[in-house]
Amino acid sequence: MSIDISQFHEVFFEESFEGLEIMENSLLGLSESDDALDVINNIFRAAHSIKGGSATFGFMEISKFTHVMETLLDEMRNNERPVTVDAVELLLEATDVLSGMLTQVQDDEELDSERIKNVQGQLETMLGVAPEADVVETVANEDGAESGWTIKFIPLPHLLSTGNDPVRMFRELAALGDMTVSVNIEALPQLAELEPEECFISWSLELNGDIEEQQVAEVFDWVDGDCELVIQKRINEIDDSEDKNPEMSGDNAEKPAEAEQLKDVAKQDRREKPERRSKKPKAAEASSIRVGIDKIDILINMVGELVITQSMLSQMGESADENSFDAERIEKLQDGLSQLERNTRELQEAVMQIRMLPISFAFNRFPRVVHDYCRKSGKKIELVISGEQTELDKTVMEKINDPLVHLVRNSMDHGVETPEVRLASGKPETGTVMLDAYHKGGSIVIEIKDDGAGINKDRILSKGIEKGLVSESDVLTDEQVFDLLFLPGFSTAKEVTDVSGRGVGMDVVRRNIKSLGGNIEVTSTEGKGSTFTIRLPLTLAILDGQLIRVGNEMYIIPLTAIVESIQINEDRINGIASGSELYKLRNEYIPVVRMHESFGVEAEFHELTKGLLVVVEGDEGKVGIFVDRLLGQQQVVIKSLETNFKGVPGVSGATILGDGTVALIVDIAGLVSLAQSKALKNPYDIAEQSDAVA
Amino acid sequence: MATILAVDDSNSMRQMVSFTLKQAGHDVVEAADGVQALAVAKGKSINLVLSDVNMPNMNGIELVKELRALPDFKFTPILMLTTESGANLKQEGKAAGATGWLVKPFNPEQLLSTINRVLG
Amino acid sequence: MSTAEALDVQIGSEANSQGDQYLTFLLAGEEYGVDILRVVEIKGWQTATQIPNTPEYVQGVINIRGTIVPIIDLRKRFGMPDLEYSQTTVVIVLYVNTQERTRTMGIVVDGVSDVCNVADEDLKSAPDFGGSISVEYVKGLSTVNENMVILLDIDHLLNSHELAQIAASDS
Repeated sequence: MSIDISQFHEVFFEESFEGLEIMENSLLGLSESDDALDVINNIFRAAHSIKGGSATFGFMEISKFTHVMETLLDEMRNNERPVTVDAVELLLEATDVLSGMLTQVQDDEELDSERIKNVQGQLETMLGVAPEADVVETVANEDGAESGWTIKFIPLPHLLSTGNDPVRMFRELAALGDMTVSVNIEALPQLAELEPEECFISWSLELNGDIEEQQVAEVFDWVDGDCELVIQKRINEIDDSEDKNPEMSGDNAEKPAEAEQLKDVAKQDRREKPERRSKKPKAAEASSIRVGIDKIDILINMVGELVITQSMLSQMGESADENSFDAERIEKLQDGLSQLERNTRELQEAVMQIRMLPISFAFNRFPRVVHDYCRKSGKKIELVISGEQTELDKTVMEKINDPLVHLVRNSMDHGVETPEVRLASGKPETGTVMLDAYHKGGSIVIEIKDDGAGINKDRILSKGIEKGLVSESDVLTDEQVFDLLFLPGFSTAKEVTDVSGRGVGMDVVRRNIKSLGGNIEVTSTEGKGSTFTIRLPLTLAILDGQLIRVGNEMYIIPLTAIVESIQINEDRINGIASGSELYKLRNEYIPVVRMHESFGVEAEFHELTKGLLVVVEGDEGKVGIFVDRLLGQQQVVIKSLETNFKGVPGVSGATILGDGTVALIVDIAGLVSLAQSKALKNPYDIAEQSDAVA
Repeated sequence: MATILAVDDSNSMRQMVSFTLKQAGHDVVEAADGVQALAVAKGKSINLVLSDVNMPNMNGIELVKELRALPDFKFTPILMLTTESGANLKQEGKAAGATGWLVKPFNPEQLLSTINRVLG
Repeated sequence: MSTAEALDVQIGSEANSQGDQYLTFLLAGEEYGVDILRVVEIKGWQTATQIPNTPEYVQGVINIRGTIVPIIDLRKRFGMPDLEYSQTTVVIVLYVNTQERTRTMGIVVDGVSDVCNVADEDLKSAPDFGGSISVEYVKGLSTVNENMVILLDIDHLLNSHELAQIAASDS
């Protein structure tokens, strides 16, 4: 029976990545920690675990590499080697390499052999060993056929308390060949003095067969030191010296009977190479999640209550006959339904909780990011993290990672000044970057604060004017000036540093955050520092939506995007030569998007004054969406259109309404793009249509 | 067949060992470190203990000592899961009272053949 | 839905080792067939939610037990004249394989006929029909009860790369 242990590979990878995280965090915290030895021990154990596991599952390259790391750590924990900054830095790099190796093996990709060899070589140099000394395996050079062995086995009295049982050892021997046993009870004391837990018996065994000495010796592997053992070759009854192969006679040395055994050194190819797993398409995101049992228990309780409510309702339904739907019954039914609504809501909340993970998973990578940056730049920065237990949806967290990295890098690069500059301005040499997270309303708020140079408003403004994003005569509030930072193509970095990247930064960050249903703002005081505030919905799967109708079709507009919904006043409609329409909303002119045109559906109303205008916040300002009717508002579950179909411009997803029909969820940005491209194509059609009476 | 206590802080190792032993018809009790192992072993009739050496809270060597002090475990076979480089650990293990060892890395077949040596 | 109910489909039980079972259906007087193993279910026609800016043959999407399933009108897909949907109009829901994954999609047909076995030897290659039914979509031809059955390659036919063209870019 061959057991396939590849089913445990994923668990191994998971625990190894966790171990790596411990290693990295511990290494980063080493200098400050009092209990350095303890910390080193933890790091050692983590490396040891990875080494053992990777060897067990056949990932020999990983095992070899980790072994070198482990050796270095072992010396450190035994106080044979000082914990130097260089060693720590090298080990940090080694954890990077190891992480890469694990990922590469997990994804069935090629290993980065060069980097591995490089770092492994550095580790070996530090250890003072020749790189990759090949283990010279000595396998016992056994003789050919033997005819038998005589074994004298005299256990020491305590042998039994090692859990070793002579009988099982004899069984093993008996399996090797013909065996006869004779027992010697001379050492047995008188009954009164007999210690029942001790062994006073010894044995003499004769073993015949084609057996090598090593096989015999192996049986007594474990009891070395717990017994007296003599293994002697049986003398052949017939001396066949003439028949002996002349070549072998020289090698056929008599082996002195020993109690020492030659170990069967593990050959490296003893195990089959693990089959390269068939390439499977990479899952878009991690597909499993750890959930605390308490969350599951809550779920189980709620489902229980749901079942009770359901059976109560069905009972009501059953015993009802045609005539018995009276007022009393209806009241009971309504009670039951409201209970159902309560159960469903609670269940929904509980399930959403399952996808929630503490944001520490996202925050945890930053100590390393800050550490590395400080090394490269020479700046001194302290990272302060708070609110790391604040929970948010797993997928939201995965998607917020990149924007967070960009913002932290931005704070370090553009915000925090060099130590000299800081000292000159009376600030402490070490700058501070703060990461904070908390819940507010139905959202999670993440703040990235720095006590650096702050944002120079005038520079932003002049850059904005230069790029044509605002005109000189515009009067902007501070808020609006800072907001310019997030517009595409905006970068005030004089050179492009490799840390923050080009001007593609901030607008991409904002777009990513918007696509999660959130937003980002910045406030700053020059000379004091800046604060970036991100607001995100707690979950991606559910949306508060405004139901609207266009013709026969119903759509959902995300409530968070809606500024207001108004009836259209004819006087405020302005047409432009290109055929687009603008609506004067208080002080500003906003473009009108006729949904029925952009979506190519029939509308009930073509005259703007007959329908309604839903004013939404788009990427580049307010937009008015022209619809026939406003229906209710409701929470909808977002379902993907792409699972079975494809992404559709203007549509971000779909949902199933109470009556079982499908309603599409509008993607505001997409809709606006559609409208713009249609306007460009048919500049005059729209103008004509709007004149036509429906 | 036998009830085996498997102690290892590595999830993947523990799962692999547990699965292999269960496939062979044994009952398996698991623990992630020495402390858990002692707690979990109470009141159960254990025929064999498999324990890793390097574990947090209480390592394998200490666990062997603690187990041997319990009347139920005086003669129970206890096998240490050691790595090749830990030659002196084998001696330490024996000194603590371990029955024998199994060298990591091992595959399921090696695990089972070693188990069978002890359980017969 | 009466057609669906009346249809007694025994999947796989009569499958030859050297052939496949096909579900045959009617479309503008012709018989077509799809691999029975791809059929998820057969439903009566229900109104679909339109998807903006998609070709006419994409009827829209419907809800099947919580999943959003797109529906393709095969008559329109093949450029055949429209037929008003009636009691016998049927939606065959199918598993469609693309490189990345398996999708669930439905096709609107005039009516469902039967399940038949086609041995590999009996599958004849299809000549170029010229026009709307590209040879890519056809696995082959076969004769069942003296009628010609056009066996369709579902994966090519419902390849969604073509499906989401914006109407504006249609020639």
